[in-house]
Amino acid sequence: METKTGSRIAATFARLREAGETGVCPYVTVGYPELDTVGRVGPALVAGGAAMIELGIPFSDPLADGATVQHSSHVALTNGVTVATCLEAARDLRHKGVDVPLIFMGYFNPLLSYGLERFAAACAEAGADGVIVPDLPPDESGDLREALQRHGLDLIFMLAPTSTDAQIAAVARQASGFVYCVSLTGVTGARDRLSQQLPGFISRVRQHTDLPLVVGFGISTPEHVAEAGKLAEAVAVGSAVIKRLGETPRERQPDEMEAFIRYLRGA
Amino acid sequence: MTSMTTGRPPAAALPDERGRFGQFGGTYAPVTLLPAIEELREAYDAARRDPEFQAELERLLATYVGRPTALYYAESLSREIGGAQIYLKREDLAHTGAHKINNALGQGLLAKRMGKPRVIAETGAGQHGVATATVCAMLGLECVVYMGEVDIARQSLNVFRMKLLGAEVRPVGTGSRTLKDAMNEAIRDWVTNVETTYYLIGSVAGMHPYPLMVRDFQSVIGRETRRQILEQAGRLPNAVVACVGGGSNAMGIFHPFVDDPGVELHGAEAAGLGIESGKHAATLSAGRVGVLHGSRSYVLQDDDGQIIEAHSIAAGLDYPGVGPEHSYLKDTGRATYHPITDAEALEGFKLLCRTEGIIPALESAHAVALGARLAADRSPDDIIVINLSGRGDKDMHTLAEALGVAL
Repeated sequence: METKTGSRIAATFARLREAGETGVCPYVTVGYPELDTVGRVGPALVAGGAAMIELGIPFSDPLADGATVQHSSHVALTNGVTVATCLEAARDLRHKGVDVPLIFMGYFNPLLSYGLERFAAACAEAGADGVIVPDLPPDESGDLREALQRHGLDLIFMLAPTSTDAQIAAVARQASGFVYCVSLTGVTGARDRLSQQLPGFISRVRQHTDLPLVVGFGISTPEHVAEAGKLAEAVAVGSAVIKRLGETPRERQPDEMEAFIRYLRGA
Repeated sequence: MTSMTTGRPPAAALPDERGRFGQFGGTYAPVTLLPAIEELREAYDAARRDPEFQAELERLLATYVGRPTALYYAESLSREIGGAQIYLKREDLAHTGAHKINNALGQGLLAKRMGKPRVIAETGAGQHGVATATVCAMLGLECVVYMGEVDIARQSLNVFRMKLLGAEVRPVGTGSRTLKDAMNEAIRDWVTNVETTYYLIGSVAGMHPYPLMVRDFQSVIGRETRRQILEQAGRLPNAVVACVGGGSNAMGIFHPFVDDPGVELHGAEAAGLGIESGKHAATLSAGRVGVLHGSRSYVLQDDDGQIIEAHSIAAGLDYPGVGPEHSYLKDTGRATYHPITDAEALEGFKLLCRTEGIIPALESAHAVALGARLAADRSPDDIIVINLSGRGDKDMHTLAEALGVAL
């Protein structure tokens, strides 16, 4: 019997806790650098020990993203990627036996254009577990959250070091699955060092919620993973994955991705 | 409370607390920005009610910007058209040559009041960039202006002006390399430098409270127009006409007339090479409801919700979004929006140069073209006010090329 959507995320964090491990959650833009890349490298990411996979739905105007992810979105759109393609990519990974949580990450307009209810139903059907929308704060998220809930999916909220206690509390009230903690004030992209604000920020979030925390933005090395792992249950790695994918010849991409996840995990 | 005549809330009651104009507006912003947006809301709310802030703004509008700008009866143009009496609200006479200074001054004073030493802005035609650079120079603030590479090439005079005024102009080479992409980059900068930086948005677009705040600062245009036309003609106009890109000059002149049901409101959108060509910026005429740059409004987008690149001969109208209040005015039927092509705008441009000795901005030429068309079907008892949002000096290169003249 297939695992129920929604519980896959909880099961993953339970497993991580038991193993005493920091989850590594790679982000890949669907359709970058080629239309079929996610389908080819997804199983390799899991073989390397990815705890979850974030599937990026490309958008023409990704205003929370730095140059690397922005470029990947542009290439993906040039390759003809749509919301439907992204749903198909999730379905494809499930057919290939990928059993880790699949989280869509995409800006609001393409989802709105697709239809929120239709999108939520399609996510569940495709085997996705949650959705992150960088430009949808809690106050504006009601319609999407309700649609996803109806289909057993989580709407994952983001918080940032600049978030006020009131904003953290508001997210804590509405959040399910996990909370995505943006490590810095800035756009996505690999950085040399993690922000010194991170420990204080994470402890403020912990005061409001018992949900697992995933730290993202700026994570690109095993040292970052180890450091963030002292504070949070998992890390998200986007730009560093995208950059490697773009630099690696097609046939070597699965091996490279498997090795990179192992490397980040320190395994 | 609703208005007796329209059955809708009076104009001043919108947006609501969440920044909504009906279904439009709101705050669709990256999480990093939310505290800054809240800080801005609170600061603006306080400034709005602070008599000292308002007095300082009024003093500088009068002594620095040169307000009130004239309301000019365009007798020669009216005679040529042979229809309604046409008046021009002369925002081209404001300091820096366009209405943009009204808003830049208001927000510049607010940035100063909030203790933000660094101001960023985005610009299309450059008029907003020039106005922001001007105000920053006057108030002693650091200024960075994002501008698409396409716009930098066609607005080189304004780029030079901004640099002379001490601003750093950062070229944007992504996407369509026009206003939309400049706005993306400005938001990215703001996300990164949010603690020290004030983002001075140039139109009634973006997340709440920008559509409200920019409208408030630009409403001085409509308030003056109302008073001036009552003085000069003894009554309100039959119609008010303005060009709409993001829509700030239009909102500025429309707003004080919204609760006057006898005054028609008409917006001229850039239809570029024609709506059917796909190369246009007529968001309200040809867009769908979506979310761009922090608010829900009409947006030019494809079937998959990807933003379509806009086109207009006028850099300042070359934007695939529009202020949410315009979307509300369109859907409630209070305002009507008309597509005006590049070619029609050029005719409007030449018409005004020839009949009145006024060289309008290419943006404003869209309003002139629409105003002339509307006036032609009316009786001489009717009055039409056209908002002449800016002057055309900045457009000489574009115009020379369009008219086949080597400079």
